[in-house]
Amino acid sequence: MTHLPADDDDRPTFAEPWQAQAFALATGLVDRGVIAADEWAETLGAEIKRAQAAGDPDTGETYYHHVLAAVERLAREKGLVDAGAIEARAEDWRRSYLATPHGQPVELKRR
Amino acid sequence: MPHDGHDHTEPPSDIALRVKSLESLLVEKGLVDPAALDALVDRYEHRVGPQNGKKVVTRAWTNPDYLQWLRDDPNAAIGDFGFTGRQGEHMVIVENTPEVHNLVVCTLCSCYPWTVLGLPPVWYKSAPYRSRAVSEPRGVLAEFGTALDDDVEIRVWDSTSEMRYMVIPERPAGTGGWSAEDLETLVTRNAMIGVEKAKKPADAPGAAA
Repeated sequence: MTHLPADDDDRPTFAEPWQAQAFALATGLVDRGVIAADEWAETLGAEIKRAQAAGDPDTGETYYHHVLAAVERLAREKGLVDAGAIEARAEDWRRSYLATPHGQPVELKRR
Repeated sequence: MPHDGHDHTEPPSDIALRVKSLESLLVEKGLVDPAALDALVDRYEHRVGPQNGKKVVTRAWTNPDYLQWLRDDPNAAIGDFGFTGRQGEHMVIVENTPEVHNLVVCTLCSCYPWTVLGLPPVWYKSAPYRSRAVSEPRGVLAEFGTALDDDVEIRVWDSTSEMRYMVIPERPAGTGGWSAEDLETLVTRNAMIGVEKAKKPADAPGAAA
C-alpha cells in the first residue's frame, strides 16, 4: 500500500519555475476561453491516464509534466501551433542561450 | 578567463525550453499576454493559499449569518473576502458534524478549490489518493492520523471543473471567546480538504498562553 505523504501547509507547490509557467499558460488559456474548463479537466485527466499506462508512478511529482503535455496537446489539436513547431522553437531557444554571452539577456534568434 | 564559461549562457532544462517555446508561440499569436502570465504566476505563488480558506472557516465558526450565506450562495460569501474564482467554477461547502465527516478528492485529475486553498499539495494529485479516497476513505484518513468512530458517516465529494468542494471542519471544543486571529491557527489546509480535523487548542501555536 502506497503511503500518502502528509506534507504541511508551507511546502512549495512549484518545484521549478517552469512548472508555474506551464500551469499559468494552461489557466490563462482557460481564462480567455481559448480552452473550455471541462475540456481542460478531461484532457489533463486523459494525459495522466496515458502516462500511468506508460509506467508513470503518478505520485503527484510528475503532475506538471502532465499539465504541459495536456496544454501542448490542446494547442496542437486546436491548431494554435503547427505540428513540430514546439520542438523547433525549443531548439531555437536552446541555440539562442548558447549564442548569448553570459550575463546578457537571452533573446530569441530564429533560424 | 576560466575555460570558455563566459561566452555563452547555459540553456535551461529541455522541459523548461518546451514551456518557453510554447509560451513564445502563443504570445506571438496574441493568445497569451506575457504580463497576464506573470500576474497569474505571482498570484499562484504568493497571493492565494490556505490562508484564504482559514478566514472563511473562522468567520463561519463565529458568525451564524455568514455560515447561512455560505450554505446559500458560497461563491458570493467567499467573494466577500475578495477571493473570486474563474467564471463557471462553483464552490460548495460541506460541513463536518459529530455524525458526518466530509472528504474531498478529484478522481479525474486535480480539480481543487484554489481560490480558498491555493494549489493542491502533491499527494492530492497522486493516483493512490485519487483512487483510495473513494475505495477506502477510512484507511486514507488513518494515514493522516485521523481516527473516526465507527458510527461516523464519511461522505466523499468528487470535484469537477465546475464544482469545487471545501470542508468546514468542526470548531474544536474549548475555543469559546477566541479571536478570529487565534481561531485561524487551528484551521489547516488538510482540515479543509477533510483528511484531518481542525487542530485542538493544545496543539495550536502559542497554546501555552
